[in-house]
Amino acid sequence: MIVELGHFALILALCLTLAQAFFGLGGAATRRPHWIAVTRRAVAGQFVMTACAFASLAYAFYSNDFSVLYVAQNSNSQLPTFYRFAAVWGAHEGSLLLWLLVLSVWTLAVTAFSRNQPEIMISRVLGVLGVISVGFALFILLTSSPFERLWPAAQDGRDLNPLLQDPALAIHPPILYTGYVGFSVAFAFAVAAMLEGKLESVWARWVRPWATMAWLFLTVGIALGSWWAYYELGWGGWWFWDSVENASFMPWLIGTALIHSLAVTEKRGLFKSWTLLLSISAFSLSMLGTFMVRSGIIESVHAFASDPSRGLFILIFMGICVGTALALYAWRAPNFRSNVGFAVVSRESFLLMNNILLVAATALILLGTLYPVFLDALKLDKISVGAPWFAATFLIPILPMVFLMVPGMHAEWKHASFGRTKNLLLGVAGAAVVLSLLLALGVYQWHSVLTMVGFIAAFAVALSALIEPVTRLRNGHSLSASIVGMSVAHFGLAVFILGVTTVESYHLETDLSLKPGSSAQLGAYELKMNSLRNVAGPNYEAVESEVAITRAGKEVAVLHPQKRTYRVQTNPMTEAGIDAGWGRDLFVAMGDPLGDGSWSMRLQYKPLVRFIWLGALIIALGGGISVTDRRYRQRVTAEAPAKAAAESI
Amino acid sequence: MWRYLLPVGLFAALVAFFFIGIDRDKETLPSPLIGKPAPQFELTAVHDPDKKVASSTYAGKPYVLNVWATWCVACRQEHKTLLEIASRKEVPIVGLDWKDDRALAQQWLQQLGNPYAETAFDDEGRVAIDWGVYGAPETFLIGADGKVLFKHIAPMTMEVWEREFLPRINGPVADKRAVTGARTE
Repeated sequence: MIVELGHFALILALCLTLAQAFFGLGGAATRRPHWIAVTRRAVAGQFVMTACAFASLAYAFYSNDFSVLYVAQNSNSQLPTFYRFAAVWGAHEGSLLLWLLVLSVWTLAVTAFSRNQPEIMISRVLGVLGVISVGFALFILLTSSPFERLWPAAQDGRDLNPLLQDPALAIHPPILYTGYVGFSVAFAFAVAAMLEGKLESVWARWVRPWATMAWLFLTVGIALGSWWAYYELGWGGWWFWDSVENASFMPWLIGTALIHSLAVTEKRGLFKSWTLLLSISAFSLSMLGTFMVRSGIIESVHAFASDPSRGLFILIFMGICVGTALALYAWRAPNFRSNVGFAVVSRESFLLMNNILLVAATALILLGTLYPVFLDALKLDKISVGAPWFAATFLIPILPMVFLMVPGMHAEWKHASFGRTKNLLLGVAGAAVVLSLLLALGVYQWHSVLTMVGFIAAFAVALSALIEPVTRLRNGHSLSASIVGMSVAHFGLAVFILGVTTVESYHLETDLSLKPGSSAQLGAYELKMNSLRNVAGPNYEAVESEVAITRAGKEVAVLHPQKRTYRVQTNPMTEAGIDAGWGRDLFVAMGDPLGDGSWSMRLQYKPLVRFIWLGALIIALGGGISVTDRRYRQRVTAEAPAKAAAESI
Repeated sequence: MWRYLLPVGLFAALVAFFFIGIDRDKETLPSPLIGKPAPQFELTAVHDPDKKVASSTYAGKPYVLNVWATWCVACRQEHKTLLEIASRKEVPIVGLDWKDDRALAQQWLQQLGNPYAETAFDDEGRVAIDWGVYGAPETFLIGADGKVLFKHIAPMTMEVWEREFLPRINGPVADKRAVTGARTE
């Protein structure tokens, strides 16, 4: 009964999103205040109804209602309560419902935080968001309803995919979706501006916090996914250039370009049509990601629920949404040309280079991801493009971008002279080289030129990011949250680069067989397998080994890696034993039994691997700081954006 | 003016490609090699750079050529199946380790088990080009007459093995599909 109520609530939510789309766009077009007022009510209503639908499904999981097909397929009575809740989004149907819920939360947030903004504009934004909601609500109801009954009911469920029974992965989809879906707000603002045919600098100030929030959630979501893959997949890698990872990384890169381009549009009124295009692209790539994962058009380890008919629905819907937005762009963008100029050496130029290189990187990844699809459609051949290709080509645009950041952070608007900062930048470059040499020769040993380039990039960006707010204070300027956020985020990128460079250059890895009593050497560490034993979890059984690690005779850690077999789905899962530290991780994973009591084991030494995720979190923190900037909250009129923006980037 | 139309044009082309690609059979195998003599090769062995692995060794008997690499995720997935097939000793499996690192490949075989009669090390990918390899894993079946009978793209499964490979190994080529080798559907 509860589930039927949930289904009904979702149908009501669809009706309310239709009202939201109609009255939002219609109210703005006909300028009828009461239509606009209805739009806000419809938003509140569709949020409540979507939440009810979601809650009813969650309750079905909580109460182990195996007469619901989706619950029977993705849960089990032995599954711990926490994972029973996370199982709601453990497969296709429920994760789409989560998508819709997240979208309604963003929409509700737009109504809550836009009191000071023009009614007509917000009405259009809500209308566009309504259209997107209609599409996804229809998608769920027509092709992917999680409310189907199973009759007769199953005795017990088939259990949640063991890969997903993990705290990080339980919260990974909601956070990632919050990022993905969050770009719909920037998309809606872009479409609203194009419908209106007017775009002032203040528009950029309205969009910036939304774009930044979406981007920061996406940052955290991707980092969580990477962290999970590191310890759960058992291979010790942190990024695989898998097509689904790429699908989340492309909107992130475009989102990064967008928040930088918005800075130029807000501050200088430039790059208007470019910013619009990026706003459209960020969300389009989010939809493309959803399409690629859900349609099975690209083979991937993630594509656990692919179905061509679903793919066709998303394709048509994406064609309508993105196609309309881009057609509108072709029509209206020529009106947004600005007539202010800037010098070749200026902050605008640096940000333009940042944008071009980020877009180039995205294009390369898109090409690599879609190349097999293109060849297939042209009836040539099927191929897959591997990780080595992505890793090599990605560096071509990204390395210059990172090095341009160093002077870019210090460049002035309109015309940068670097008069006062020239010596400072030379100092930064010198210090970066010295620190890199110290690290590469003193702490580790010489590896390669590329390693040095990575170290120098990390130190130069870090120093530059730290010095920038200091010089600003010394010159008598105050520090806004925007400036602090920017410096923190750039510093986070430096931490990330340092982690990536170190772990890719100096990691050690060995696969060998161990049995109780035998030991192995990994760099300076000695690993000894003490014992093997069988252990049982709530819904799995496992073989657990105890591995003691010593360094020069001193004990470092005792790890307990496991090889689990889940009772219902019976697939083996690797739970790596990890001794985590700031300086390095020691990673021990069990492979397979080799008979005679010995096991194949993978031993890894991962220096500074934690810096990768730490860096990502610092980047997200920077985004979080910058959205608290006062100027996003004050009431602003369209004519006087200059003063508020004066202290900003 | 035209540059503002560029995004929508590109997007339309993209959607068109997706539209064609969406329900194309993922396992359609357009290999021009089917029914033709298999390319000859002689490479060093993965285990020993001084040892040679040559296609001439297998002249006159059927064998399977499996293209793999340690960087290939799907190869890890199919490895158990290959071990299972090798344990039945129906036909030798020759490995072609493609664009790989020798030490990593040796570790891989030691850790996961070795299903291969021999493994050739094709670090430059020259032999793979002769064979028309586009990705890993790919698995070829070569008949006793030295002709390519079948090619499978994507991880090997027992189902594919029993449905497509075994009938072609056992007994003469009775099935017309085997000659054209068009589909694994």
